[in-house]
Amino acid sequence: MTAVRPGMTEQAGGGPKRVLRLAGITKRFGPLLANDAISLDLHEGEVLALLGENGAGKTTLMNILFGHYMADEGYVEAFGRRLAPASPKAALAAGIGMVHQHFTLADNLSVLDNVVVGTESLWRPWSDRGAGRRRLLELGTRFGLKVDPDAQVASLSVGERQRVEILKALYRDARILILDEPTAVLTPQESAGLFETLRRLTADGLAVVFISHKMHEVFSASDTVAVLRGGRLVATRRTAETDRAELAELMVGRAVKPPTSAPMAAGEPVLALSGVTVRSEDGRALLDRLDLTILRHQVIGIAGVSGNGQAALAELVSGLVAPESGTVTLLNAPVEGADPAGMVRRGVARIPEDRHATGLVGGMAVWENLIAERYRDPAFSRFGVLRRGVARRHAEEVIRAFDVRGAGPDTRTQLLSGGNMQKLILGRTLAHGPHLILASQPTRGLDIGAVSYVHGRLLEARAAGAGVLLISEDLDEILALSDMLAVIHHGRLTPLMPRESVSIQQLGLLMAGQWEGVLDGAPHGARETVS
Amino acid sequence: MAEIFDLLVSAAFWTATLRIATPYILGTLGELVCERAGVLNLGIEGIMTLGAMAGWMAVYQGADLWTGVAVAALCGGLLGLLHAGLTVPLGLSQHVAGIGVTLLGTSLSYFVYRLVLPQASTPPTIEPFQPLPIPGLSDIPVLGPALFSQTALTYLALLLVGLVAYVLYRTPVGLALRMVGENPAAAEAQGLSVTGLRVGAVVAGSALMGLAGSFLTLSAFNAFFFNMVNGRGWICIALVVFASWQPGKALLGALLFAAFDAFQLRLQQITGGVLPYQLFLMLPYLLSILALVLMSRRAAYPRALMIPYRKGER
Repeated sequence: MTAVRPGMTEQAGGGPKRVLRLAGITKRFGPLLANDAISLDLHEGEVLALLGENGAGKTTLMNILFGHYMADEGYVEAFGRRLAPASPKAALAAGIGMVHQHFTLADNLSVLDNVVVGTESLWRPWSDRGAGRRRLLELGTRFGLKVDPDAQVASLSVGERQRVEILKALYRDARILILDEPTAVLTPQESAGLFETLRRLTADGLAVVFISHKMHEVFSASDTVAVLRGGRLVATRRTAETDRAELAELMVGRAVKPPTSAPMAAGEPVLALSGVTVRSEDGRALLDRLDLTILRHQVIGIAGVSGNGQAALAELVSGLVAPESGTVTLLNAPVEGADPAGMVRRGVARIPEDRHATGLVGGMAVWENLIAERYRDPAFSRFGVLRRGVARRHAEEVIRAFDVRGAGPDTRTQLLSGGNMQKLILGRTLAHGPHLILASQPTRGLDIGAVSYVHGRLLEARAAGAGVLLISEDLDEILALSDMLAVIHHGRLTPLMPRESVSIQQLGLLMAGQWEGVLDGAPHGARETVS
Repeated sequence: MAEIFDLLVSAAFWTATLRIATPYILGTLGELVCERAGVLNLGIEGIMTLGAMAGWMAVYQGADLWTGVAVAALCGGLLGLLHAGLTVPLGLSQHVAGIGVTLLGTSLSYFVYRLVLPQASTPPTIEPFQPLPIPGLSDIPVLGPALFSQTALTYLALLLVGLVAYVLYRTPVGLALRMVGENPAAAEAQGLSVTGLRVGAVVAGSALMGLAGSFLTLSAFNAFFFNMVNGRGWICIALVVFASWQPGKALLGALLFAAFDAFQLRLQQITGGVLPYQLFLMLPYLLSILALVLMSRRAAYPRALMIPYRKGER
């Protein structure tokens, strides 16, 4: 039981007041039962973590609560009153605020515009910007959410944008805050800042629901945890009375054992970057004199906050851009110019960052996507005509070997779940025994089961002799898989460091650009051991 | 050379510029309002044609001039409602729907005109708006006749530039409108009705386009001809891009284009047939392409422009 915090009203029955009640929420999408009679309570000052794998129904449930979807059965009650179904307006009026996983902000408008839009009567002849600004600044000071009201949202960092989202809800007097995967895009320090904000909010009597599939967040921020699996509420626990193993088992429905990376002697170099600089069209250095060598049997992890040059590094290694200066060497032969097809032929396997945008063509069949990188290979086409039978059989093999669920060779790819799409990409790239694997955010948005599958496959490829370049914003992933790791910040890369030699706190500082003091402990000697 | 200089400082040149600019100002404002809310309105050409025909027809049938203007705006709004209905709640392609609206508006205008006046070989005329000199101000040399002895619709167009800018940037409804053009999901999450705002913006913008059309038949000329709008609507679409979706710059763009047009007309007279006149007709379009290239490379377009919004989808 959480201690009753100051500022809370107590009910006659003792304990904090119930502010929100979900009663028997059921939601079907066609044959799929997304939410199955879910009932939940939320109390004043409580932080409830909603934990579950992708497709467990977390986001659906929160979208019903906020009025984006209409529940088939059941109802939502806030502060003792039933909400009109499927009306975000009713939810807002009842004091419910939602921070979506994909922020709902307009980039070209100012912070103040984004916060006040819709809060005034539409037909007022003028907007009271002075009052809006004062209230925004006052809320910012009170809850430690500092932002410049006049800044364009486009110029803000991800952490700042999230603050704007929270301020939007507070500005409308939200007493219940729903956060959908709030830390997915934050550095460890920003996450710590967010949790600090949540503590201030709950001390003020707000109630918070946050959706997550990361264990450590549940333990560092929640009072209560509700676990969803396959649309059902399988358990509700006091956070203090449970542990990681129990929650993982509740989430997946069976015991999960993450694959472990066994130490392995590294082999010869597969990829060497030396003094590589890549510039954007307007002349900014996206990669600034980068040195990096990847050996066989080695996973190199690149950590960093998104937008610090990871995309440029991935494009360089996939052959989409050529460096302005410096050399790229693949298997002891230099790489000249930009030639993505050539990189594939020379044994570079690519797992792109965004599987929807650059990984797969959603409207095309599975077999077509599987040969997309090598349809000109004589195995798949002869005299300029595709060998569809061969390609379909190949697709069947990959589907079987990589356990892609719910797909046949002719299934349209966009009908697959994120995890199965990723398996398809793994199948396409790993089926041909690559020398180098470029894995950009390989498990973003995947659930625990799929994550351990992808990790297992990457480690298998490493054991088979591939070098793996793992670019990820997920530190848990970097620390679980990498033999050596480095941090990228503003296009510059730290020297490689053995995984055991750095702590999460140090990585956080490096990711924020504070290299002095942290790197002194891991001098350039670390680099000499590999290059 | 001296002749060109004389031309550029003559009151007649600037008076013509402002007169030519008026339909562009109104049409560009209308398109800008639609696009700020995230809806491209390629129906503009047809809406202007219908506005020109309907406004003129109302006056020809005995209504007074301002009633004619109101009829033009109303007809524009109705075609706008059709375009909005197709593109907002139904989420159809804005390009295809817009071209459909243009074809419908244009042919409907010709059809109605022929239906009412089956025999007319020379277009019948009405008594159009007369210049309305503002006492005192119109006596200022050059500036006076150019700015202050225009017809009422030109003054209205200039007032509307300020009004549209004020509504967009200073009122809650203007902010809401810009928000649905930037990120409709964000607007929805703030409890706003994306459908209502977008439909409203397209109807209001199309009413402005109807006004633009009526200027042609009720002020610039006194009759309705086939092919009267003659691509002015398409120029307005380019001017919106030129203006980076800002009303003040839209005024500037319209004036600039009109100045090129007035300039080429006079240049034809000055050079007196040495060069083929088609070359001069081309000039404003060439210059506006050049200006477009220079001005709009970094334009911050409304992010949700041309993207239909369907509730519950990402």
